[in-house]
Amino acid sequence: MKIGQISVFIENESGRLFEVTDLLGKNNINIRALSLADTSDFGILRLIVNDPDRAYTLLKENDFTVGRTEVLAIEVPDDPGGLAGVLGVLSENSLNVEYMYALVETSSDCAVMIFRFDETDKAIEVLKGAGYTLMEGKKIYEI
Amino acid sequence: MIWNEDFETLPREALEALQLNRLRAMLENVYARVPFYKKQFDEVGVKPENLKTLKDLSKFPFTYKQDLRDNYPFGMFAVPQEQVVRIHASSGTTGKPTVVGYTRRDIDTWSELMARTLSGAGVGKGDVMQNAYGYGLFTGGLGAHYGAEKIGASVIPISGGNSKRQLMIMKDFGSTAISCTPSYALNLYEIAKEEGIDMRELPIKVGVFGAEPWTDEMRRDIEEKWGIDAVDIYGLSEIIGPGVAFECVEAKKGMHINEDHFIVETIDPETGEVLPFGEPGELVFTTITKEAIPLVRYRTRDITIIEKEPCKCGRTFVRMNKVAGRSDDMLIIRGVNVFPSQIESILVDRKGILPHYLLEVDRDGNLDTLEVKVEVSEELFSDEIKNLQTLAKSIEKDIKDIIGVTCRVRLVEPKSIARSEGKAQRVIDKRKK
Repeated sequence: MKIGQISVFIENESGRLFEVTDLLGKNNINIRALSLADTSDFGILRLIVNDPDRAYTLLKENDFTVGRTEVLAIEVPDDPGGLAGVLGVLSENSLNVEYMYALVETSSDCAVMIFRFDETDKAIEVLKGAGYTLMEGKKIYEI
Repeated sequence: MIWNEDFETLPREALEALQLNRLRAMLENVYARVPFYKKQFDEVGVKPENLKTLKDLSKFPFTYKQDLRDNYPFGMFAVPQEQVVRIHASSGTTGKPTVVGYTRRDIDTWSELMARTLSGAGVGKGDVMQNAYGYGLFTGGLGAHYGAEKIGASVIPISGGNSKRQLMIMKDFGSTAISCTPSYALNLYEIAKEEGIDMRELPIKVGVFGAEPWTDEMRRDIEEKWGIDAVDIYGLSEIIGPGVAFECVEAKKGMHINEDHFIVETIDPETGEVLPFGEPGELVFTTITKEAIPLVRYRTRDITIIEKEPCKCGRTFVRMNKVAGRSDDMLIIRGVNVFPSQIESILVDRKGILPHYLLEVDRDGNLDTLEVKVEVSEELFSDEIKNLQTLAKSIEKDIKDIIGVTCRVRLVEPKSIARSEGKAQRVIDKRKK
């Protein structure tokens, strides 16, 4: 239910993003989804990869500051208002989204969005109750 | 203009005889009255009567800032409380401030020394002196104030800050002299420019600048922009405050040390060995007239060179060059003393770990800037931007609240700060030429 996400601290310097992706690529780690949040000084690269454990160790060994977080991959109906529907449910239940980004692949007729919540367990309960599908980590890693 | 011709131009032999007499009395006094000194002298086995010549002073132990802290607040005082008429204190770098006291006579001495300082700058009766040094526990404001009153100048006790008001008063009251930090003088100039005021057209003719290190280039810059003479002054609260040494406007070549009140030595900061004048070393002062808190061989940590050559102004006191650096790692940022160790203790308060850090001091226009680079370790890292920004902001706030300096915290990647082989380099001071 919960998906392992890797986050990397990156200074705003040319080439740093390349170094991360290059390192992962050379070690056969496939990036499923990513988002880059940045400020004037630094950025945080968040990654969903096919092998989070190995990616974590690899980045750490190469002196990157890495964190692991659990996120949810939610199937969002690929229609106008689809995402608004999900957010509406979250809002009604006072669940705050820390951040979100899209997964490239689709699952059946749905788009897949990655969500980070402070209260992940509550989010699972609420979303399931509202009839939404949460993707299993295994499925995402193997896409 | 020499305020006190009798003392300021004493021939060397007479001056040294006077110093020896005063020093002997001072050593006897502290040995009898300050338990700290009795213990210290006994430990190294010296007695006040061992002082036969001025050279014998080197047999006596040093006093450190830490000794004042250890004896906080009044343990170093040599007079009973009822004789203390004034108490000042330093900012308190790592917790407890350094407390100093003055008797009635100490205040008179201090006023006399500041009268010499201001006279040396060419300020006299009839001048209007705008005193923009801070008033309060800091010694700058009141020190300059009393000196200016003593020479009969009209003092404007405006204290620091509030620049537009400073300019208005300078214009309306016709200030002819200003005392403040040199960086504030440049700051005032910038604001005057914005306000459409030409400093060169104001009646002001001289600036008495101190409380922070500055260069000769900066002097020329201020003199050009303000159309004034700019002189340097030196002092530290432990010795008396401003007025320990001052530049004469005639030569502007180093600061005359008031040697009839303070004996100066330069030492090798590593070995403590006394160096001949003319060689760079750490300044060490012994007060020989102070009553409330006399200090024997106080280590200032300031590195400079003492010049013995006579000055064209006629004063016979030796002169100290501008302070070239510190023998500890203290930084002076916008007049505030900052030790890297203070920043360290603020950083270590986060999650109990000390990240690698680097202080970068620079100058933006006329203001010192401090950037604190902090390496983001896994313990500090968060996948949420807001957490990292909150972390940076809270460090900035603590540094402002605890140390009193505004800074910018920049979070950087691990190992992006160069590791040194020996002692970690914690500071890059880009202000130095």
